[in-house]
Amino acid sequence: MTSHRLNMGGLIDRARPLSFTFDGRMYTGFQGDTLASALLANGVRILGRSFKYHRPRSVWGAWFDDPNAIFDVTLNGRNLSNCLATTTPLERGMEARSVNAYPSANFDIKGGLDLFHRWLSAGFYYKTFMWPNWHLFEPTIRKMAGLGILDRNVLDNYSSDQVHDTCDVLVVGGGAAGLATAREAAETGQDVVVVDDHREMGGGLYRTGTIEGETPRDWVATQIAAIQAAGGRVLVSTTAFGVYDHRLVGLAQDRGFAKPVRLIRMRAARIVMATGALDRPITFANNDRPGVMSLDGATEFLGRYGVLVGQNIAVLSNNSFGDPAAEQLRAAGANITRLNPEIGELSAIGGKRLRGVEVAGQHYAADTILTSGGMTPVVHLWRHAGGKLDWSDEKQTFVPGKAPDCMTAVGAANGIFDMIAALDGARIAGRGDPTSEVSVSSYKITPLWPEPGSTGRQWIDFQHDVTLKDIELAARENYVSVEHLKRYTTLGMASDQGKTSNIAGLAAMATLQGQTIPETGTTTFRPPFVPVPFGIYRGHHARQLFHPPKRLPLEMAHRELDAALGEYGGWLRPGWYGSGTAASIIRDEVLMARGSGAILDATPLGKIEVMGPDAEAFVNFIYYNTIKTLKTGAIRYGFMLTEQGVVYDDGVIARLGDNRFVISCSSSHVDGVSMSAEAWRQDGNDPDRIFVHDTTQNWATVTVTGPMARQVLEALELDVDLSAEIFSHMTFRDTSYEGEPLRIARVSFTGDVSFELSIRPSKVRALWEALNEAGKPLGVGPLGVEALSILRAEKGYLIIGKDTDGETMPHDLGFSIPRLKKSAAFVGDRSLHTDVANDPDRRQFVGLSVTAALKPLPTGAHIVTEGDKPKSIGIVTSSYDSPTLGRPIALGLLERGADRHGETVRIWHFGESVEAIVCAPCFYDPDGVRLNA
Amino acid sequence: MQIFPCPFCGPRDEREFHLAGEAGKIRPDTTGTITASEWSTYLHVQRNDMGATREIWTHLPCQEVFLLERNSVTMEVIGATEFRKSGSQEMKT
Repeated sequence: MTSHRLNMGGLIDRARPLSFTFDGRMYTGFQGDTLASALLANGVRILGRSFKYHRPRSVWGAWFDDPNAIFDVTLNGRNLSNCLATTTPLERGMEARSVNAYPSANFDIKGGLDLFHRWLSAGFYYKTFMWPNWHLFEPTIRKMAGLGILDRNVLDNYSSDQVHDTCDVLVVGGGAAGLATAREAAETGQDVVVVDDHREMGGGLYRTGTIEGETPRDWVATQIAAIQAAGGRVLVSTTAFGVYDHRLVGLAQDRGFAKPVRLIRMRAARIVMATGALDRPITFANNDRPGVMSLDGATEFLGRYGVLVGQNIAVLSNNSFGDPAAEQLRAAGANITRLNPEIGELSAIGGKRLRGVEVAGQHYAADTILTSGGMTPVVHLWRHAGGKLDWSDEKQTFVPGKAPDCMTAVGAANGIFDMIAALDGARIAGRGDPTSEVSVSSYKITPLWPEPGSTGRQWIDFQHDVTLKDIELAARENYVSVEHLKRYTTLGMASDQGKTSNIAGLAAMATLQGQTIPETGTTTFRPPFVPVPFGIYRGHHARQLFHPPKRLPLEMAHRELDAALGEYGGWLRPGWYGSGTAASIIRDEVLMARGSGAILDATPLGKIEVMGPDAEAFVNFIYYNTIKTLKTGAIRYGFMLTEQGVVYDDGVIARLGDNRFVISCSSSHVDGVSMSAEAWRQDGNDPDRIFVHDTTQNWATVTVTGPMARQVLEALELDVDLSAEIFSHMTFRDTSYEGEPLRIARVSFTGDVSFELSIRPSKVRALWEALNEAGKPLGVGPLGVEALSILRAEKGYLIIGKDTDGETMPHDLGFSIPRLKKSAAFVGDRSLHTDVANDPDRRQFVGLSVTAALKPLPTGAHIVTEGDKPKSIGIVTSSYDSPTLGRPIALGLLERGADRHGETVRIWHFGESVEAIVCAPCFYDPDGVRLNA
Repeated sequence: MQIFPCPFCGPRDEREFHLAGEAGKIRPDTTGTITASEWSTYLHVQRNDMGATREIWTHLPCQEVFLLERNSVTMEVIGATEFRKSGSQEMKT
């Protein structure tokens, strides 16, 4: 194989050879190469197979505009699929494979698919795989269509830095215009950042001879030194992939193969777009053959990597860049045939190996065809930011029009293709002056667009195998809007997002519709400009840090007791204690709690204090229940509703004094209740007369429950009379423990006598240990959340959000009095009297009793009507095998449930059904004898 | 990503804020008679202005509830006002 590498030129380091493999064969490139330039230098041309027809493909462009060469690359055991060969820097030892070819790009067993192209036109899948059902075919088609497989070794430990930064001027693109802008801006005292996605600044400069009397390398070095001397920052390997609201620019900084890409969220006062322009393909028969390349790309391979892509080159160009580029390639040693593409039908001759080009019936021998259909400014960021585009007849392309706020375009990105004019404009922009009129352009172009109706297979979108015929078909089938065209033909989809294909595609549609190109319009430009790893959006927010649970002050004490910790309502809490079969441990904990007693960590319970002269009226408003009649020292159970009348939270409220309350909402609703209370406080009340403060973190709570609870507590020798007559259910006491304030609330979530003891978190360990020590001889030990859920279900106590849904109102739960009697306004009040609220068929809270011989009902099962067509009339919301009762119990919501006690209902679950008897939700101690003991 | 000005904390990332609703939505006096249609309008009907909007937002870290004026098309922030200064017309109750 011939070497295409020149002895001199380019930015590569010929003293540092790097060996690598492609499709199993060994090659050598140099430091500074990309995978694509190294392979081209080795004479390897077929770098991939097309997506649909498996046609052999080489590269089209030299950078992010290449749609063809996508590799699966492994280095040091780390694998990345979907690496663009043209933008992946070569590293020693890389093992590259073409993704859509087997066994290799050169010989692909699916290559024969191309013979069936006649039947694989646009919309083929939609039309063919409809019967009987698309989902039948989908898995196979998806498998055929995939490009590479994700490797877990890369995903593990992939943690992107996310950096926030600001600057006065962000210059995107480090070519001539970008560097000139950045230098001017930095030297006029602005905080400048200039970014470029290459490893070196300079952009397209390496394709030119000299600039302002210097070689490109020297000129670039001079500019960088000046920018840095003036305090500017120069970031290489950094892609500006999107512009977002309020001048936020997403920058993805590459840090080496398979290393986590860094995200920089750059907030720039001003954004200068110096992103350059891309050469677009010419549409002709077989224009996708390996060896048909972008003229612009070929000069880039020459200038940057010292690679001459062919020996006998046909140059087809309709614009004024054709001649100087052809001259450059000739000077590098190629035989050039300069051809005018406008004079007649074109066709590439040859298959895997190109033999020549036919122009208007005349054959010209060539091993390479370089085409240039005209420059297209890279305007993606402009459109992300809401800038407008204008059509330029003179330049035959869209150029930046009305600017988005705080954004300027310079250089080729602004449609200024002359170096002198670009530099002038860039320096004006750098100073921040309004851009003046630009001098007359020397760029000349003859319009040349796809010609519908012409013969041969003419590629519009190389990456997704969309041909001119597909566009014609879409037009015939009335998918004429550009957005429909895109989705129907898949034009401009996939990883290149139509960088080379969109303009040709919409130009073809314009011709078919008899419209101009600007009348046809463009599809929407959306970030990211190039594919970026999802990991950059995630950053370190993964695994334990994805949604960190709140931690208990007693966590270490629980761990010492071998607690099975799990997340409950956002907190890491003990599910049960000890290793062994969870079900039997939980069962033992329930029996212990009922038999003697138990101790549990109830720290997550909400403790939101409401204070101030208007506090009483305020809590009376935000609660469904009447709170103003609550006496100091007493506690009341109640609901908070949404304005829609739906039960949002249940909990207890304690009155500490005339103007002071503590809302003890459920553990998982603390943030929500606190936020809602703040909103009502500030919006509609005098915030100087009410104060809401969430003290949940300031108190740790330990609950002692069960028949021996009082005896356990007595061991602490507190200054409190614990007798039932004096310290009755639903009251609290303030006292102290070892000199620290201690609040004891007599409330219960188990159905047995319970005392909730709240103390400063730093003192809770001592309290916990004292209680456990006192409990031990009485058979009272620690209890986890799982056993607690069974205990509360036996008693028929609700968990909001589990036993209720988004329609449940308080009267559905048997709490009707405030709805009928409360005279003061409260949140959700009017919603409780709508037609829906008054519907007699509402789902109401019930118990479901099951025969002891049966298993517990499945939670979530439907309660259904009898007959041929059963209809759901309710659901099972909680279900357990009750250790206390020795039979399964369940809670549920059932239409007219309150009237159905004693009725037998059918419970249906995945085709199986059992019977249950509707009963009151309370299965245990319905008269409250144990509760009030 | 937008930057919203909290009257208490200053300019902060939009992710720290929670939209509480449109401004000027006054809660009917529910101790009197309110028709189903009046209540339904209060609950469900939004102005959904295109262009200049007046909204109530909460800044979650400090819990300041305030009036934010912004443009729903251009995303431009026009201004933020503390509730105490904004007058009772903005208030829900």
